[in-house]
Amino acid sequence: MDRYYHSVTLDKDKCVGCTNCLKRCPTEAIRVRGGRARIIDERCIDCGECIRVCEHHAKIANTNPLSAINGFPYKIALPAPSLYGQFKNLRSINDVIEGLKMMGFDAVYEVARGADIVSVAVMERMKEPDCPRPLISSSCPAVVRLIQTRFPELIDNIVDVRSPMEVAASQARSEFAREKGVDPKDIGCFFITPCAAKMTAIRKPLGHEKSAVDGAISFLEVYGLLSGQIKKAKKPEGAAQPRATSFGIGWARTGGEAGAVQQEESLAVDGIDNVIRVLEEIEDNRLPGLRFFEGMACFGGCIGGPLSFENPFIARNRIRKLVLSLPKVRPEDVVPPEELRGLAEEIYFDKPLEPVKVMQLGKDVREALQNMERVEELSKKLPGLDCGSCGSPSCQALAEDIVLGYATEMDCLVLLKERLRQMARQMVEMAETTRK
Amino acid sequence: MSEMLHERFEIAQGDFATAGEASGRIKRILKKLGVDSAVVRRVSVASYEVELNLVIHSLGGRMELTVLPEHVKLYVEDDGPGIPDIDKAMQEGFSTASDEVRMMGFGAGMGLPNMKRNADDFDISSVVGVGTKITMTFNT
Repeated sequence: MDRYYHSVTLDKDKCVGCTNCLKRCPTEAIRVRGGRARIIDERCIDCGECIRVCEHHAKIANTNPLSAINGFPYKIALPAPSLYGQFKNLRSINDVIEGLKMMGFDAVYEVARGADIVSVAVMERMKEPDCPRPLISSSCPAVVRLIQTRFPELIDNIVDVRSPMEVAASQARSEFAREKGVDPKDIGCFFITPCAAKMTAIRKPLGHEKSAVDGAISFLEVYGLLSGQIKKAKKPEGAAQPRATSFGIGWARTGGEAGAVQQEESLAVDGIDNVIRVLEEIEDNRLPGLRFFEGMACFGGCIGGPLSFENPFIARNRIRKLVLSLPKVRPEDVVPPEELRGLAEEIYFDKPLEPVKVMQLGKDVREALQNMERVEELSKKLPGLDCGSCGSPSCQALAEDIVLGYATEMDCLVLLKERLRQMARQMVEMAETTRK
Repeated sequence: MSEMLHERFEIAQGDFATAGEASGRIKRILKKLGVDSAVVRRVSVASYEVELNLVIHSLGGRMELTVLPEHVKLYVEDDGPGIPDIDKAMQEGFSTASDEVRMMGFGAGMGLPNMKRNADDFDISSVVGVGTKITMTFNT
């Protein structure tokens, strides 16, 4: 596995080399070179902004096709809570679960149940006297990666609890293996995802060595088939299965996690640029009373994920209504905190999150200072239009690219035009001198 | 080629629309330079405090950032009105901020103590009717 694997990639045939994604990337990870966009792997945090803005659908997130489940004798679906917001006139969550089974899954374990467990684990952490303030949610992988690259000082504020997806997968696998008496290795756990970053989180887990999830299948991949099955779904036979609380389901949208773990002194923010602005405040100690921070890369939270089908506002409203219709059972009522101890190995991080240094101008401060001086000089020459025609997101970024050897001054169309004008003048002068 | 960076930022009195921009730029520069993240954090806390002090209390002034491989220095001077009693001003909780400014969430009297706490070296001098000068050094 390569060191900087990430799931957002480019479909070269569809890319026309425009500047839409270039200008929207929050980590300046995109350049247009040779008429095609290029992603700087180390900088990409898989937030999915480029997928959303690309009119040509040239930006894609690697996920698995539905057929990937056939690689396992037993298949478990792990639907993200936001999946419930995708369907019109959904009668009950049972219909989604039965629909998934009709598509070929042997069992379904709601990721919202994983969210219930994680909510309790986070609440327990917040009771500890030395708990960092604010504690930062670890659930959005793009935000975790953002903190690693741009806010290394806040890494220790990230709660060391795995994502609901991970917790759900390990619970689902051991429950199924126990009940059916099968080898856990024969069970494939597949996350049904609206998120571009989750595939990366599976291939390269954040804060732990190995993922319990075997693959990720996007909402878009299952939407057509699943909506048909939901209409045909019948009431399940046999005893009722345990279901997630309304708080676990609430994780589908911004504020759901904060509401589940800490009603007061918490702050939930969505949209990657907004998250960046609030992280700046936290880094500067400007929010001293804040105890819990939930940052979501997508507008609306997971319901706004780039791989989802439904308009995020409509999906959010459906989740709101669904949550209201369910009994107000608290996560700690279904997951007693004592139970967490037995699950420690599956819930908590087993390796620290490391800072990722990719934004610096040199290998050390000395070299960076020298480079910064050249960047400043170049910036004065550049037109300051931030037009993006050179293939770098701004004049400042072009200046940095030139100094680091990734671009030249003649990539700037304004400078090139100026140079051509000079050359034309010189040629005219030369022609006149020769004639004389 | 030099191994030093020097930047100057003018801060206007009472301009809350741009307040925080200079310290934001300082933070971005230090991060680009790869200065140790704990030092970046201390400088940005102190520079934000001082920038807001200039906006709220001074008649305008300027901040100068100097970065060397060994340390980061912030030199700040304003055009008045000057602080009559520096010892008192350095006490936590002491503030002369107006009610209007306090309504905006500032004026808790933590600005100067916060700067001092975050800097490795803190020096302040002030002349009433002339202005205040602050030098802060942060070792990298």
